[in-house]
Amino acid sequence: MKFVVDAWSKGGGRAGVLQVGSCPALIETPALLLSTRKALPNFIPPDLLRSLPSPDSRLLQFSPLHFLEGPSANTISDIGGVRSLVSLHEFGFAAIPRDSTAILPEFDCTNKLGASFNTPSGRHLLKPAEYMRMLAAMKPDIWASLSDEVPSRATDKRNKLSVDRTVKWLDECIALSPPGTAGFGAIVGGWDALERQRCAQEVAKRNVSGYWIGGFGLEETSDQITSQLLRVVVENLPEEKPRLVSGLGLPEEVLRGVAQGIDLFDSAYIHQLTTGGFALTFPFEAAKRHSISDGMSDGTKINLRADVYRKDTSPIMKSCHCYTCMNHTKAYINHLLNVREMLAQTLLEIHNTYHYLGFFQFIRRVVKEGRFQEFHQEFIETRRGHSRVVPADDVCA
Amino acid sequence: MALQFEVLGRFNRARAARLTLPHYQCQTPLFMPVGTQGTIKGLATNQLEEIGCQIILGNTYHLALRPTTELIDELGGLHEFMNWPRALLTDSGGFQMVSLLDLAEITEEGVTFRSPVDGKPMLLTPEQSIRFQNQIGADIIMALDDVVKTTITGPRIEEAMYRTLRWIDRCIKAHEKPDTQNLFGIVQGGLDPVLRDICLRGMVDRDLPGYAIGGLAGGEDKDSFWRVVAQCTASLPEDKPRYVMGVGYPLDIVVCSALGADMYDCVYPTRTARFGTALVPAGVLKLTHNAMADDIRPIDPACACMVCKNYSRAYIHSMVTKDAMGSQLLSYHNLHYMMKLSRDLHSSILHGKFPEFVCKFLQNMVLIFTLHIDVFCCLKSTHIHDAYDHRWDIVNPLTVTTGQLVLLDLSLHPAPRF
Ligand SMILES: [Zn+2]
Ligand SMILES: [Zn+2]
Repeated sequence: MKFVVDAWSKGGGRAGVLQVGSCPALIETPALLLSTRKALPNFIPPDLLRSLPSPDSRLLQFSPLHFLEGPSANTISDIGGVRSLVSLHEFGFAAIPRDSTAILPEFDCTNKLGASFNTPSGRHLLKPAEYMRMLAAMKPDIWASLSDEVPSRATDKRNKLSVDRTVKWLDECIALSPPGTAGFGAIVGGWDALERQRCAQEVAKRNVSGYWIGGFGLEETSDQITSQLLRVVVENLPEEKPRLVSGLGLPEEVLRGVAQGIDLFDSAYIHQLTTGGFALTFPFEAAKRHSISDGMSDGTKINLRADVYRKDTSPIMKSCHCYTCMNHTKAYINHLLNVREMLAQTLLEIHNTYHYLGFFQFIRRVVKEGRFQEFHQEFIETRRGHSRVVPADDVCA
Repeated sequence: MALQFEVLGRFNRARAARLTLPHYQCQTPLFMPVGTQGTIKGLATNQLEEIGCQIILGNTYHLALRPTTELIDELGGLHEFMNWPRALLTDSGGFQMVSLLDLAEITEEGVTFRSPVDGKPMLLTPEQSIRFQNQIGADIIMALDDVVKTTITGPRIEEAMYRTLRWIDRCIKAHEKPDTQNLFGIVQGGLDPVLRDICLRGMVDRDLPGYAIGGLAGGEDKDSFWRVVAQCTASLPEDKPRYVMGVGYPLDIVVCSALGADMYDCVYPTRTARFGTALVPAGVLKLTHNAMADDIRPIDPACACMVCKNYSRAYIHSMVTKDAMGSQLLSYHNLHYMMKLSRDLHSSILHGKFPEFVCKFLQNMVLIFTLHIDVFCCLKSTHIHDAYDHRWDIVNPLTVTTGQLVLLDLSLHPAPRF
C-alpha cells in the first residue's frame, strides 16, 4: 500500500492518493469505501458494479465475520483469498471486523480474550489470533486491528479498559500480520477525549500502515463531540499515513471528518438509505440548493415509496448518469418498492452509491481548490436553513 | 396479425423458426422467463438481454392489482414502464385467479373472484382480460380460457372446452390492437383426445396469429402430457407458433420441441433458484447441500455464464437462502441455462443435428439416473466415477425413462403414429 497526501485546504481537509496492492489505479482521497455483504455489494450484481465510476468505486469494505456462515477460511484460502472468491481482481479490499449493519460490536460481552460481536449467525467472541488467521486466508489489502469499541454511554473505567485492550490486541495483530497486507491500528476510547488521546499516542508508536478510528455510529452521536474527538485523535497521528473512520456516513458527518483530516470513510449510510427506499438527490454546489418546499424531501434524499412518484416518469435525478437514472423512472422504482421486488434495492443502491461517490469527488475538488472550509460551512448552513429543501432533480437539470 | 413465423429448419416434427414480433425477432424453440410484476428476481433488464432472454412474460392479474393496467397504459405500456426493449407476453389473468384465489368461480360471463385488495366480488370477463392486456401492450396476449385441472375428469372438462371456444370469439371481438398485439387462442380439452380435437378444430378455424396448448403441467402423468402435446402439435397449422403453457422443466422442453412445439414459460428456473437449486446438464444441483460448502468448482464447469465464470459452489452455498445476492446470482445462472438450452435446440434442429443433441442431453441425465438405481454394469466405469456424485439431486427416474421412450418413439424415428 502506498499513500501520499498532496493537497491541504486552508482550515481543514486534505486530499491524497492511495494505492493498494491489487487495485492498479490510484484511488483519490477523501474516499468512500463501498460496504458489502460477503465481499460483494448487498444488491449490486458484479457486472453492474463495474458501471460505477472507476477507480472511485474500487475500494470495498467487508467483515471477516461475514464468513462465519462460510466458506471456511481454508476454502477461501484455497480459492486465493477474498478477491478471487468474489472475482473482483482489480478491486481493493479492506477488512474491518464490524460492518455497521449486520455485524455490530457487543461491548458488554467483550472480555480480555477478545471482542464480542452480534452476527446473523449468533454472538461471536473474536480473539486476535483467530482474527489474524481469517485475514491470512482472506488476504485483504488493508485490515483494521481488532478493537474493543465502546459506545458513548460507556463509563470512564470502561473507556480506559477499551484502550488498554485495543493497544494490547494491536501488538498481537502486528505480530501475526499476514505478509503483503497493510495493517491499520485501531483507535478507540469512547467519548472520552483523554482516553482517545492516549490511544492515538500509543498506536502512533506502533509500526502500522495507517489508522482506523472506531467507536462512531454505534449509538447517539453529538456533532460537536465527534469533531472534538476526531481532532484529538488526528493531532496525535503522523501526517503521512491514511486515516480511516467507520460509522460516520451522513453528508454532514463526512464533511466533519474531512475537516479533521480523515481520508477514508466506511459506513452503513448507503445501505440504510437503500433498504429504506430512499434515493439521494442533494446537489453538491451550494448555488443549486434552493429552498423549494413541497414537503417530499429533507433536501438530501427522496422517499421513493411516496405516492407522488406513482406516475413520475422522470429519473431520480435528470443530471445523474448512473445505470438507474439512465434506464429507469421513479414510477418504476416506486412500483418495485410497492410489490417488494428486489430490483428496487439493486437500482437504488446503484444510484445512491454513484451519487455519493460524486459527492466525494466534489469534496476532493474543493479541497484541492483550497475552498473546503467555506464549502463545508455553507453546506451545513444551507442544510440547517432549509431542512425542507427540495426536488433536487428540478434544480439539477 | 402482428407477427411473422418462418420455419428455418426441421427434424421430423421438431422445428427451428424465426418469430418476428413487434418488439423483437426471436428464434424458436424459446423459453420465456416469468416476470410477474414487471421484473425478474432482482435482475436488471440489461442482464436479461445479456443472458439472451427474448420474450418475458408478465402476469396480467398481478399487474392489474399493482400498479394497475390504467397506469401502465398512461405511462406508455409495459415495455416503456420496465424499460424492456424486447418482446413481452401477458397471460389472461384467469389462471392466476383460479389458482391463487380459493373463492374464484367460473360462470359463462367470466371468472368471479374476491378482490384481494378490498374483498369485494369482482368479475374478469374475456372482454375485461383483453382490455387489461391491450393496456399493458405486450407483443403477445392470451385469450381468457376456462381452466380446469387436468386431473379432473367428467363433464366439467367438456363444459370448459366449449366455453373456451365461446370465449375466444368474445376475446377476438374485444381485441382493439390486432395490428400491434397478437392474440393467441388456447386449446383446452383435458386429457381427452376427442375433446382436444374439437377444440383444435375450433381454434384453427379462427385463424389466430398463434396457439397455446393449455390445461397441462398441472400434475398429470408425463405420458398423458406428451400425448396431448403431440396430438395438438399434429393438428395446429404449420405456419403458426405453438406455445405450451406452464412448461419449464428442461426435459419437458426438449420433448415438447421434438414434438413440434415452439414456446414455453415457467417460474421454475427462478423459483428453484430462490431455494438454492441450480439447473445443470445432469439435472439439478442443490447448492444448499453441505457438500457444497468447500467445493471450489463452479456450479457448472461447462457453463459460460457470468456466475459460473466467476464464482464457486462454496461461495454460492454461503449465500443462497441467506443473502439477496445469492438468489440473484443463481437466477442468473438458471435463466442462462434455459436460454442456452433454447439456442441449442434451435441450432441443432437447424443444422440437422437434433437427434445427436437429444441423445447427449438425455445421456447426461440418464447416466445419473441409471447410477441411481444401481445399473452400473452397462456403463463404462470411468464415467461412473466421474458422475457418481451423491450431491447431484435426482430427477424422478420415471420421468427420464418415459421421456426417453417418448422421444425415441415419436421423434427420432420417422413417421410418428398416434
Ligand atoms: Zn442516478
Ligand atoms: Zn452458469
